[in-house]
Amino acid sequence: MEVTINNIRKEFERFPALNDVSLKIASGELIALLGPSGSGKTTLLRLIAGLDFPTSGKIFFGDQDASHHSVQERNVGFVFQHYALFRHMTVAENIGFGLKVRPAGSRPPKTEIRRRVSDLLEMVQLGGLEKRYPNQLSGGQRQRVALARAMAIEPRILLLDEPFGALDAKVRKELRRWLREFHDRTGHTTVFVTHDQEEALELADRVVVMSQGKIEQVGSADDVYDRPGSPFVFSFIGESSQLPVEVKDGTMLFQGQPIGISEQGDGAGELFFRPEDVTLVDAPDALFGKVTACRRLAGTRIAEIDIANEGHAPYHVEVEVPLHAPIELGSETRFRPTRWKVFRK
Amino acid sequence: MIHNATASPAKWRLKQPSIIPGFGLTLGFSLAYLSLIILIPVAGLLWRTAGLGWSGFFAVLTDRRTLDALYISFGTAFVAALVNVVFGTVVAWVLTRYNFPGRRLIDAIVDLPFALPTAVAGIALAALYAPNGWVGSLFMPFRIAFTPLGIVVALVFIGLPFVVRTVQPVMEELDREVEEAAATLGANRFQTISKVILPGLTPAILTGFALAFARGVGEYGSVIFIAGNIPYVSEIAPLLIVIRLEEFNYAGATAIATIMLIISFVMLFIINLIQAWNRRRYGNV
Repeated sequence: MEVTINNIRKEFERFPALNDVSLKIASGELIALLGPSGSGKTTLLRLIAGLDFPTSGKIFFGDQDASHHSVQERNVGFVFQHYALFRHMTVAENIGFGLKVRPAGSRPPKTEIRRRVSDLLEMVQLGGLEKRYPNQLSGGQRQRVALARAMAIEPRILLLDEPFGALDAKVRKELRRWLREFHDRTGHTTVFVTHDQEEALELADRVVVMSQGKIEQVGSADDVYDRPGSPFVFSFIGESSQLPVEVKDGTMLFQGQPIGISEQGDGAGELFFRPEDVTLVDAPDALFGKVTACRRLAGTRIAEIDIANEGHAPYHVEVEVPLHAPIELGSETRFRPTRWKVFRK
Repeated sequence: MIHNATASPAKWRLKQPSIIPGFGLTLGFSLAYLSLIILIPVAGLLWRTAGLGWSGFFAVLTDRRTLDALYISFGTAFVAALVNVVFGTVVAWVLTRYNFPGRRLIDAIVDLPFALPTAVAGIALAALYAPNGWVGSLFMPFRIAFTPLGIVVALVFIGLPFVVRTVQPVMEELDREVEEAAATLGANRFQTISKVILPGLTPAILTGFALAFARGVGEYGSVIFIAGNIPYVSEIAPLLIVIRLEEFNYAGATAIATIMLIISFVMLFIINLIQAWNRRRYGNV
C-alpha cells in the first residue's frame, strides 16, 4: 500500500509538533523516521495510524483519502514501544484479538482464527507459547507477540514506534536483523520510528531525518551519510566537526588564513567534515591545533584537537589518525579535510 | 551477628537475615497489635459462644429470626456492593478520565461517607426516602424506606468510597497505549472497554467489592434509621445482636456474631484466593 502525506501540520495546544510535512512512501518500502526526541517522528507515525488527526493536510492510502478515517477503518498494524500487550490474555488470545472483535459478518470462524494464530506464532518463531501470559515472556518475545498481533489483521501498512527501544543491545541487534528478513518475506509497507541512527541506517530502504517538526532529508543510508543536505543532518548522523569559514576567490579561509582547500562561491559559511575524511599534512596552509586526547576506537585512533580561538573557548574537532602516526598529547598537529561540505550562512 | 548468620545451616530459620533491619521488632509489634485489637476480642467472642454448647448454638443458628436477619444482612450488603461496583467504577472513570470544573470537589465528596457519622446519614436518607420524603414520595405507592430496599440504599451510600478509592488509582495507572492497541486492531469503544479495560480492572473492582460488602455486613448506625427494623422483614443481624444484649442474652448475641464472623471470613478468604490466582496469572496488577 502506497502512502502519501501531503502538507501535514499538527499543533498541540498551538505548539506545532509537525510543520508542513510531505512524504511519499512507496508500496513495500521499509522506511525509518529518524530524529531526536521532540522532532515529531512519533507524531507523524500516529497521524498515519489515525491515533491522532492532523490540524491540516491530508493522508492518502493509495488513491484513497484516509485523513478522516478512524483508526479502526484504516486497518493498520501498530507496534508500540512498550508492547501494549493485553496482560490478562494469553499469547494466542492477544494475537487473535483483532480477528475476534470483527463484526459477525467478516469474523473468521474459531478454527480459522486458531489456525491463523498458530501460523503467525510460527512466523515470529514463538511456536508452542500459545498458552503463556505476557508476563511470562522476555522483552524480545513480547515484542514479537506484539508484531504477530499487528500482522493478524492483515494490515495495509505496518507501523512500529521505537520497536526495539526497550530491549537490551544484543536482543535489539537480533530483532533488527529479524525484522529486515520478516519485511523482505512479507513485503509489507513498513514505517518505523527510531532515534537510533545505526538502526535506521542498517535497516531501512530510505531514512527520513526529522528535526523540530520538519523533514530535513529523505534518502538512502548512503545519501544521508555521504551527502547530508543540511547542517542538522551532517551533525546528527555520524561523527562530525564544524568550523566557521570564509570563502574568498575560490580559497577557503579559517580565521583569515588559507587552509589549503578550495571551494566554489565566495562568502561566509560553516565547514563540516567527518573524522575519517581528514589527512595529516606538513604544510603551512592547513588547520592546526593541540592534541588534547587520543582514544583507540576499534581499528582506528581518534585524536581530539583544540584549535585556538582568541578570546573564546577553543574550537573542538575530532580527527581520525593512522594507528602508527606519531601523535603526542599536547603536540601541535596540522591537518586538512579531504571531503567536506560548506553550508552557507 | 556474623556468627549467628553463618552458624548451624541445618537449623530451621524464621527468616534469612535481610539488608533491611527490624524484622523481629516489626513482626513482634504486629503480632502484639493484632492480638490486642483483633485476636483477643475474637477469642473472647468464641469463648462466650462456646458456653452455649453445640445444641444451644444450633438452636440460635436455626432460629427463624436469626436466619432472616442474617439473610437480610448478607443479602442487602451483597446487592449494595454490586450496585457500588457498577456506579463506583463509573464515578472512578469520570474522575480519572475527564477534566471538568468541580472535579476536585466531587473527588472530595466521594469521601464523605467515610467521615459523616453513620447515624446522620441514616436519618438523612430515611427522611429523603420515606413515603412522605422528597424522593420517597415520587415512588409511592412503592416504598423504599422501612423495607430491605431502604437498607440497600443506606449501604450503597456507606460503601461507595470503598469501590471508588480502590478502583481509581488502578485506573489512573492504566496504559493508554493498550487502549490504542485495541483500537488499531479494529476494536470499537465498547469492545475496548469490555474486553480490555474492565478485565484489567477486575482485581481492583473485586477488592472494592469485598471492602464494600464487608463494611455493609457490619453496618449498624445508618441502617437502623432507614430499615424500619421489622423482625423477619427488615431486621439486620447486628441489630438482632443488640436486641439480644439488651435481653442480657449474651450467649445468644455472641452466637449470632460468631456465625456472621464465620460467613464473612469465608467470603473474604475466597475473594483473596481469587485475587492471588489473578496475580499469579497476570503478574502484579
